[in-house]
Amino acid sequence: MSTTPIDTWAVDLAEVTLIYPWVGFEGAMTVFAVVLWLGWHVWQVKFENQTYADEIAKYGTDEHLSKGAEEH
Amino acid sequence: MDTDVGALTIIFTEFYYWITIALMFLIHIGFCMYEVGASRRKNHMHTLMKNSMLIPLVTITWFFFGWWIYWAFAGGPGITGGIGHPDASFAEAATPWSEGMGPRLDDRIQGVFWGAFLLFAWTAASIVSGAVIERIRSFAFWMFAIMIGSVTWSIDAAWGWSYGGWMVEILGYHDAYASGVIHAIAGGTALGILFVLGPRLGKFRDDGTAREILPHNPWLVCIGLFLIYTGFWGFYVACNVPIIGPDAIGGQIAGTTFTATTIYLTPTTLGAITVNFLMSLSGGMLVGYMVSKGDAFWTYSGGLAGIITASAGNDLYHPIQALVIGGLGTYLMYKLHFWVERKFKIDDAVGAVAVHGYAGFIGVVIAGFVLWGHPSSPYEGFAPITPWGQFAGAIIMFWVLGFFPAWVLAKILASMNLLRIPREIELLGLDFASDRDREAARADVIAAKRAMV
Repeated sequence: MSTTPIDTWAVDLAEVTLIYPWVGFEGAMTVFAVVLWLGWHVWQVKFENQTYADEIAKYGTDEHLSKGAEEH
Repeated sequence: MDTDVGALTIIFTEFYYWITIALMFLIHIGFCMYEVGASRRKNHMHTLMKNSMLIPLVTITWFFFGWWIYWAFAGGPGITGGIGHPDASFAEAATPWSEGMGPRLDDRIQGVFWGAFLLFAWTAASIVSGAVIERIRSFAFWMFAIMIGSVTWSIDAAWGWSYGGWMVEILGYHDAYASGVIHAIAGGTALGILFVLGPRLGKFRDDGTAREILPHNPWLVCIGLFLIYTGFWGFYVACNVPIIGPDAIGGQIAGTTFTATTIYLTPTTLGAITVNFLMSLSGGMLVGYMVSKGDAFWTYSGGLAGIITASAGNDLYHPIQALVIGGLGTYLMYKLHFWVERKFKIDDAVGAVAVHGYAGFIGVVIAGFVLWGHPSSPYEGFAPITPWGQFAGAIIMFWVLGFFPAWVLAKILASMNLLRIPREIELLGLDFASDRDREAARADVIAAKRAMV
């Protein structure tokens, strides 16, 4: 019993093709990965917007803006 | 794999592409160094992360759809063939759910070929990254990175950088080392974004003349460009098929002599591209130094522009032709950079549009004249290389697949207020808050240690 198509190496390698686990579930794994990818972007855009809002609330005074403008 | 020679040929090819991937990693390190060096200190960590995170995002989207697009769109689809033209089995094997994408002992090439193409995709996205530093939102840049890295460059490669591409077949398009398919499209994409994004605050005076926003570390910028030269070797070598026989090509070539070829399966040699790479680099550096009066940044950029201009035909040029073409492209891109900056108020922070976009465009066009009549393909019925075919190809690369999609996406993102960072953040600097946090952490540790004295 193996999660891969190989359960022994007592084979002719010329006849071996796939060696990864969960053969047959490639479609399901793709859907899972795409959902993770899109979810990451949703999280990231919210995170970035919130970061800017927080920084402006904390440092958006004329004093800080002048200091920032002077830094190079 | 069942004979010594057969196994060596396959393993050599597998190892050959693997080495190109390791070398091309240096391109990305170089881009990060020169982009961070060009940014102001108050922005540099954000600039680093903006560029670095394109690596995972382009990688996974290249796995999801970029690789499939390359194999599926060579015929248009609908111009010279349908989806998967000329061999649908390749496209089927490139879907993320295909058994062809996982480890298998009967195919040792797909993985390294996929990786080499992915590194081209990173390069295309990374070229864009430098132009837009210090004011673009990370989210927006990563959308553009995915667009060029996993969609538009993949389409242009299918059309004009594959053995069965419709541009090769109908236009005789020849772009062996990617003047157009990587550099012109990336320059066009950057320009499309910049038109909507606008310049950095303070870049232009009230009378419209440009101020120079100095890099915080010119030395880092130059070493970054030097590293890009180094990685470029991997890029060039990855554009070749290292060893293939006429039987495997299946075209008009007679006999049994094995050869290296371009991506179009037209014969060339590694020796030819080595000499031409160095000669075009030299032409670019010599002219870059001269035209910029010894400015280090533009001299190094000139070397890059020299290679990029000659790349379309560096599989065939005589070395002196490569030298002159590299120098000519560098002169023209330098002049165009400052003309466009003045005329359109475009703030291209690192000159990426010029070095990659204009030089790439010019290089594709020049190849049409210098290589006029040379067969673009070993297959019967394909058009020869011509000036008009190359000019049409350059338009497609820079404007149709580069500028236009980027301009549209930039407009969409701008309408959603997701393109440019808030004005206050730009004035403060993107690292302002994290710099204060670091200062506070440092002060806290110092205070704690003082209490122990």
